[in-house]
Amino acid sequence: MKENASSIIAVGPLHPLQEEMEFFQLTRDGEKVTDIQVRISYNHRGIEKLSETLQFDQIPYLVSRICGISSASHPLAYVQAVEELAGVKVPEWALYVSTIINELERIHSHLLWVGLAGHFIGYDTVFMCTWRYREPVLDLLEQITGNRNNYGNVRVGGCREDIPDGMESKILQELALIENKTEMLTKAVLDAPVLHARLKGIGVLTKEDAIRYAVVGPTARTSGVDIDVRRDDPYAAYPMLDWKVITQPQGDVFAKAVVRLLETLESIKMVRQAVRRLPRGPIAVEVKDIPPGEGLGHVEAPRGETFHYVRSDGANRPVPHKVRAPSYVNVPLFRASCIGADIADVTITLAAVDPCYSCTERMAVVDNAGKIALDFDRLLQLSREKTFKIARQMGRPLPGGIQCDG
Amino acid sequence: MVLDVEQMLRPVAEKVRSIRAARDRRWFVDCPVQYVVPVCRFLFEQVRLRFVISTGVDAEGCFEVLHHFCHDGSGSFVTVRVCIPDRSDPHLDSIAPFMPTAEWIEREIQDLLGIRFDGHPNPKRLILADDWPEGVYPLRKDFKP
Repeated sequence: MKENASSIIAVGPLHPLQEEMEFFQLTRDGEKVTDIQVRISYNHRGIEKLSETLQFDQIPYLVSRICGISSASHPLAYVQAVEELAGVKVPEWALYVSTIINELERIHSHLLWVGLAGHFIGYDTVFMCTWRYREPVLDLLEQITGNRNNYGNVRVGGCREDIPDGMESKILQELALIENKTEMLTKAVLDAPVLHARLKGIGVLTKEDAIRYAVVGPTARTSGVDIDVRRDDPYAAYPMLDWKVITQPQGDVFAKAVVRLLETLESIKMVRQAVRRLPRGPIAVEVKDIPPGEGLGHVEAPRGETFHYVRSDGANRPVPHKVRAPSYVNVPLFRASCIGADIADVTITLAAVDPCYSCTERMAVVDNAGKIALDFDRLLQLSREKTFKIARQMGRPLPGGIQCDG
Repeated sequence: MVLDVEQMLRPVAEKVRSIRAARDRRWFVDCPVQYVVPVCRFLFEQVRLRFVISTGVDAEGCFEVLHHFCHDGSGSFVTVRVCIPDRSDPHLDSIAPFMPTAEWIEREIQDLLGIRFDGHPNPKRLILADDWPEGVYPLRKDFKP
């Protein structure tokens, strides 16, 4: 197909008031996707360049702003890289504090994804309920760090703030509620015939493709690739906790939902163990100078491995600082999982990678003449209609299913 | 599990200059410019390491490109380091033809540091705006905003 720039711009994917800029252009033949082009970097903020102008101890606050929803993972990966190059040993309790914050982040991120996935296929009750139970997690994070996002709680050598005294019982109490609701939701998903019919075999990423595209996180684990930085290259307090890596072999959207729900339950288990750990201790050591050298840090963020590479020439600023977020390697696989797919399945297939809500929002279908044939709203509608159709054919109501109260 | 990178790299031993363990589970492999493709290809296709990302550095006297790989079984990083001495027209063989994940990062390094990747399947701009001037590379040391 010849690229027709004017027809792409007309969709308005570059609207600067919306969250993130990413543009997907699908080419279709009838109901099938024949090609997909992704364009990124409409809103490149030059964080790696900015980082070279800041001191080592200022950078955690910069990198926590790379991503609102993974704002604990980036600084942790960064400080691990710096601590590695400076040979810093972090106090044990600080490792537990980091673990608690990172796992609370995973819980709220996965719940957010489950809600959006529900919305994309017409289950708005799921959307409302998961977001209802995501709130207490954000409240906990606010009480611990002072912020719902952009926690700014790690620094080179440990943590900035400890878990406030007396917070343990509050955390345990909220976790019990979230665990109960997540279990209920997991059961509802596993028992819903309409969901099985709608999501199984959709957007399949084979194990071979997952390895070839070097994808990470839940996207890899749902294609049977058993990788998880928390276990493979242990950091924070993960080696001291009892938990397991969740994998599924199928590689479809259904498997992605199951893995994220089960991972949420594992995270709840981890936070509970970490919170109960006693006695507490110091939360940081002072780090004076960063010697010349290089360090690599990686962290299992909710979407997969977040990687930071830091080099020091002995001054107080990095030269250079490289950041790689998980979506950078997860997004290109769309070519593997979308080409040949049904148009109505594209929104949920793209969303299943959890690139970001806004990533899927900026999407258009181009017909063979290069005209915009379908915009995002229409694609979302197609996706939802397909679920309703399946439900009708099976003679089942669209489930409200879970109760939001309590 | 401990990864023995020297043993692992034996089949391409004559194509690497040095192998160094910076610390536990962190390996750096220096590779001459002309062998970057066979060495990376060997690591990706034969040893089945996971490609993580590449870093471009405007270093003292040369441009460095680091291809970071991860051996997940042992949690080890293997970084292939290449120095490109030619500052007037820096270029390096592309690893994207056999590793689709490297496609974006090579375009990014091309935009930000001005290193060309020979044989790249789609060497268009990725990061910089369409109206950004040619020949101005924001991550170079001599860049003045």
